[in-house]
Amino acid sequence: METIVLASVCALALVVSAIRDRKRTLHALKIAWRRFFALLPSLLTVVAAVALVLTLVQPEAITTYLGGENTAWATTVAAAVGSITLMPGFIAYPLAGILRSQGVAYTVLSAFTATLMMVGVLTFPIEKQYFGVKLTIVRNGISLAIALVVAIVTGLYFGEIL
Amino acid sequence: MKKQQTRKWIVLAAFSIVLAVAAVIDAGPARAVVGNIWTFALSLLTVLPPAFVLIGLFEVWVPRSLVERHLGADSGAGGYFWAFLLAGTTVGGLYVAFPVAWTLQRKGAHMGVILAYLGFSGITRIPMTLFEISFLGAEFTLVRYLTAVPLVVVSSWLLGRLLTARGFELRNPESA
Repeated sequence: METIVLASVCALALVVSAIRDRKRTLHALKIAWRRFFALLPSLLTVVAAVALVLTLVQPEAITTYLGGENTAWATTVAAAVGSITLMPGFIAYPLAGILRSQGVAYTVLSAFTATLMMVGVLTFPIEKQYFGVKLTIVRNGISLAIALVVAIVTGLYFGEIL
Repeated sequence: MKKQQTRKWIVLAAFSIVLAVAAVIDAGPARAVVGNIWTFALSLLTVLPPAFVLIGLFEVWVPRSLVERHLGADSGAGGYFWAFLLAGTTVGGLYVAFPVAWTLQRKGAHMGVILAYLGFSGITRIPMTLFEISFLGAEFTLVRYLTAVPLVVVSSWLLGRLLTARGFELRNPESA
């Protein structure tokens, strides 16, 4: 469903763009291809690694650790992992999609992706150069709080909590 | 960069050969792994090309410089809107956003707007959003935007006011 919508939006945008300016549109396609191809090996590596792990680890095990009844614990783990690790979105979202198909709750995936994008423990040394230690802690604390609120609201929306 | 890229391809090729041999002699779970890879790769390859074309189109039609021009002094409440747009076009993670934040301060942007930009850069980046919609669904993305965007605006505004009252300014690590 989403794939069809995305493809249609893309086709429409492409046609409109081509009518307005063919040269620019061609340039956009070149950018798209270059980015895609640069990403492809990393992406395939992730696919291979995830496929390997998911085959060796029983889906039930994943559901027990990240799915199970204890959403609060799973969400906490997901938020901690998301805050600490640095992972580009093009790897994190496909991974989240795969975990989703294994029955992991949206709440948990939301906690993971939101903290991943908003909270930067590993970027702390960079951030403190601009903001100083105190403000960096405050800013990341606020980001973490917002990410957790997002996860909770997501859980409520999808009827996973309460 | 090129070298690294080549190395990744070589590793992938080696992995494929080992896996192919294992699958042919039906060793362990090799065939199940191949099946999984096929399913995942297929779903990726139907989603990614349109997402990347949209990213390319966006970069061509909405240049960063256009947005940055609107973020200078006296941008007022509109500054938050432009911060939102600028964050959308930011490529890469927070480490790319900090130098941009520094530039914004030099151009006279309010502290609140700068903080909002940093907050938004974790929420509204367009390539990221497209990936999210593709893999987790538009509803998931919508809920996230509707929750996070107002929270970032309010918290940045409040913190920005507090910091401005104290005369806080971003440092420039390059000059230090």
